[in-house]
Amino acid sequence: MSAAPATDGRDARTAWLLTAPALMLFVGVLVIPLAMTVMLSFHDWGQYKGIEPVFILKNWHEVATDPYFAEMFWRTFRIALLTTLITAVLGAPEAYILNRMSGRWKSFFLLVILGPLLISVVARTLGWALLFGGNNGLVNKLLMSLGLIGSPLPFMFTETGIVIALAHVMMPFMVLSVWAALQRVDPQIENAALSLGAGPFTIIRRIVLPQIMPGVLSGAIIVFSLSASAFATPAIIGGRRLKVAATLAYDEFLNTLNWPLGAAVAVLLLVALVLIVVGSNALIERRYAEVFR
Amino acid sequence: MSFLELDRVAKQFGAQTVVDDFSLTVGKGEFVSFLGPSGCGKTTTLQMIAGFLDPTRGAIRLEGHDLTVVQPAKRGLGIVFQSYALFPHMTAAENVAFGLEMRRVPRSECSERVRATLAMVGLAGYEERYPRRMSGGQQQRVALARALVIRPSVLLLDEPLSNLDAKLREEMQIELRQIQRNLGTTTILVTHDQNEAMSLSDRIVVMSQGRIEQIGTPQETYERPASAFVSQFLGKTNDFAATIDRTATPGQLIAGSWSAPAPAGLAGPVTVSIRPERIGFGDAGLAAKIVTRIFQGNHWLFQCESECGAVIVIRQNDGQPQPAEGEAVRLAWRPEDMSLRRAGGAA
Ligand SMILES: Nc1ncnc2c1ncn2[C@@H]1O[C@H](COP(=O)(O)OP(=O)(O)O)[C@@H](O)[C@H]1O
Ligand SMILES: [Mg+2]
Repeated sequence: MSAAPATDGRDARTAWLLTAPALMLFVGVLVIPLAMTVMLSFHDWGQYKGIEPVFILKNWHEVATDPYFAEMFWRTFRIALLTTLITAVLGAPEAYILNRMSGRWKSFFLLVILGPLLISVVARTLGWALLFGGNNGLVNKLLMSLGLIGSPLPFMFTETGIVIALAHVMMPFMVLSVWAALQRVDPQIENAALSLGAGPFTIIRRIVLPQIMPGVLSGAIIVFSLSASAFATPAIIGGRRLKVAATLAYDEFLNTLNWPLGAAVAVLLLVALVLIVVGSNALIERRYAEVFR
Repeated sequence: MSFLELDRVAKQFGAQTVVDDFSLTVGKGEFVSFLGPSGCGKTTTLQMIAGFLDPTRGAIRLEGHDLTVVQPAKRGLGIVFQSYALFPHMTAAENVAFGLEMRRVPRSECSERVRATLAMVGLAGYEERYPRRMSGGQQQRVALARALVIRPSVLLLDEPLSNLDAKLREEMQIELRQIQRNLGTTTILVTHDQNEAMSLSDRIVVMSQGRIEQIGTPQETYERPASAFVSQFLGKTNDFAATIDRTATPGQLIAGSWSAPAPAGLAGPVTVSIRPERIGFGDAGLAAKIVTRIFQGNHWLFQCESECGAVIVIRQNDGQPQPAEGEAVRLAWRPEDMSLRRAGGAA
């Protein structure tokens, strides 16, 4: 045992050496740009002078006081929350039904549900635009020619539109997460409850749901953070009329060219998301300690 | 006096017949085991009684009433699953209370019954534990308590002890038998472990490939196996070929140079079956040579090569000197200890 410290020392050095390349990549492409973005958010910017590398709170003050930004962030999180709710309400039963299907159908429908992951988000969102986009959207045209609606269903440039399209894009993440939780559930447990006299509704509510809840919640965290930071879908459906945090930051960077303000928005979005995710994760782990251990 | 009755029950999955022509009557308070190798249809039969599977053919009756038309939730049977299937998000007490809640038992009576049942299975003081924080044996007891607390008309146990280590399994067997005796609950146990079936049951149903091979008390099935399968499956046995010669009077049972007076009935080629512990070393008998001698604590195990093939002999370690490896011996047994079957078939 006396040789242990020396060996430990060498082991530690080897470990550092072995992880060094990955670590350098991580620092190089993630930590440094992130730190630079944070710095950038404290710089000054003017229409004619461009970016001035000084340390001021102007951008943060603007983000904090201008109600335009507050509205933007509320909208972002409202959309993310609604998307999360929809994926949970539809995705959890979907995963449950899928799990009860027999062999061949199970693989087929799993493929149907996961298939969209193979198609680009942009293509999928454009599909929604083709179906519902104004007077020329296929569904709108059909419904109008059938006389069911007088004017096209509002979809483009609406929050509802963004939420629906995002829910579609995010659904596989929720289904997969709940699916993983279902795999840990004892296949005989429903029979056990049944033999004790429980009806189908009670079995779902008291036996199945509590056990897959951790899966629903971790799926919710994934969907929420991906939706709140989503760019492509809100950009296509919401365009520049209905902005969310990600599209706003993009516009500040590439259209207004006010990089420092864009950086402040991006950093705020990041910090808010990290806080929400870490906080809810801690809550979930505490609450479901006995199920997970 | 039949309490639970299975009448020519059969189950098919697609074209595969998994259980066939299964008829059994179980008396009130009886402890019956389904014994057979893995995949012989024991669980399937149990699940048909429980109502999780519908029989393809045949009837299941409880106290004369057709059970197959009753929803599984309304059958009032207690079931212990091989995996225990405890509710991991509920404490031991909540698990046990679940069946009572479903029956709308008043709260005070419920908590009293939960407490008493947990105490009965030796888990007093474990009420607030979650299943994940309990050992396999303790989880097993919770599962048993959960099934018993609803005072089931029949208790169904599907390999309940197979996940426990040998010592714990033995303890649980004794406890299970005591609890069952005290409560008088009609019990059906599924197992592939012959020792478990023998030490627990009033009667054993030996199954093979979805069919019943024999129904009898543990002693009957062990000492009077109805088929080669039963004698092979219930402990070690020696089978060897012999012939019965009816031309002489009285008839002679002949195996190699060994012969004995033949019992009435059979003639021609037969299979002689003798348990290894019923064979002794004598001055006369079947000539054999000891190939290996293995000491197993309370007994010796001999592998012998006789003129009729390999024979296993078990002798109690009673302090007497035992023959050594390579020694030539004569194997002898009492006529009533051997069972005869027509060669290749049932008795
Ligand atoms: N749901 C099912 N579908 C098709 N075959 C099944 C099903 N359940 C069991 N089997 C088959 O039935 C046979 C008996 O199974 P089982 O009753 O579980 O055996 P045991 O409990 O005696 O080990 C096995 O061959 C098994 O593959
Ligand atoms: Mg089984």
